[in-house]
Amino acid sequence: MGEQVYFEDVREGEEIPQLKKNCSTQQLVLWAAGSGDFYQIHYDKDFAQRTGLKGLIVHGALKNAFLGQLLHDWVGEQGQIRRFGCSYRGMDEPDQDILCRGIVTKKRSEDGRHYVELDVWTENPDGKKTSPGTAIVTLPSRA
Amino acid sequence: MAQASSVVTDDMRALVGVEGAPMTLEVEKTNCRMFARSVGHTDAIYYDEAAAKARGHRSIVAPPGFMGTPVFHPGQAPTGPAQSRGYSIPYKRVLNGGTEYEYFPENGVICAGDTITARSKISAFEETEGSLGPMLITTRETTYTNQDGKVVAKMYGTTIQY
Repeated sequence: MGEQVYFEDVREGEEIPQLKKNCSTQQLVLWAAGSGDFYQIHYDKDFAQRTGLKGLIVHGALKNAFLGQLLHDWVGEQGQIRRFGCSYRGMDEPDQDILCRGIVTKKRSEDGRHYVELDVWTENPDGKKTSPGTAIVTLPSRA
Repeated sequence: MAQASSVVTDDMRALVGVEGAPMTLEVEKTNCRMFARSVGHTDAIYYDEAAAKARGHRSIVAPPGFMGTPVFHPGQAPTGPAQSRGYSIPYKRVLNGGTEYEYFPENGVICAGDTITARSKISAFEETEGSLGPMLITTRETTYTNQDGKVVAKMYGTTIQY
């Protein structure tokens, strides 16, 4: 966790610090155990290829959880994630970089809370957004 | 009204908005740690109870996206494949379309030791024609209520069958 970010420090259009991931097949098995998703296309290459895939693919929900980490690490100890999620649009493969990114789209204060809305996504090595989504977090105010 | 080729039956339509049986989720330290480790979280509040308490939490915090969903249902012998809610459709392939999580931290941050009651319902069936052919898009909403009767989170999920 880095230094605390405050509501006043954030600008609309600003990109938040990126998080780079790269899943080994071992991580996919760990995720299967952590999440309870044991679908074999994520760890059994023969099975994955029999379903018509080129090979193993990264779980969509794991990429979503990466976006959760991106946001958690950004909002710091005093910030909170209110909402986050993504669509699973493109497949990612193990042993390839998955870049998690977010851009601030809106700031608003309501009922004493300071909300920041973001577009978030994961990106494959070709720069394609494989999991586009949105998020709402709250940040502390300096006021 | 349904199109002639619709796979959505009246029985399915009758399920929209109806909650299924509630499921009890026990949020446990080991599961929180396992989930956090599999994501690669680095914050100690997901691993170390003392660190979590030092930051004002009751125990190890459930990482984003983790609602205490058990890998296996505690107190139950293994069962067969998950049952759909009493309907079947002709499409064979299934994709997880996406998931969104909403949190209500003012009602409590989900921590190890919590007992969560999850209630799910189908929000809508939608039929479209995509590049993969005709598709059925099912959206579901799950509400998570903690042991104090407070809603701490919701999940919105989309399933695509084609």
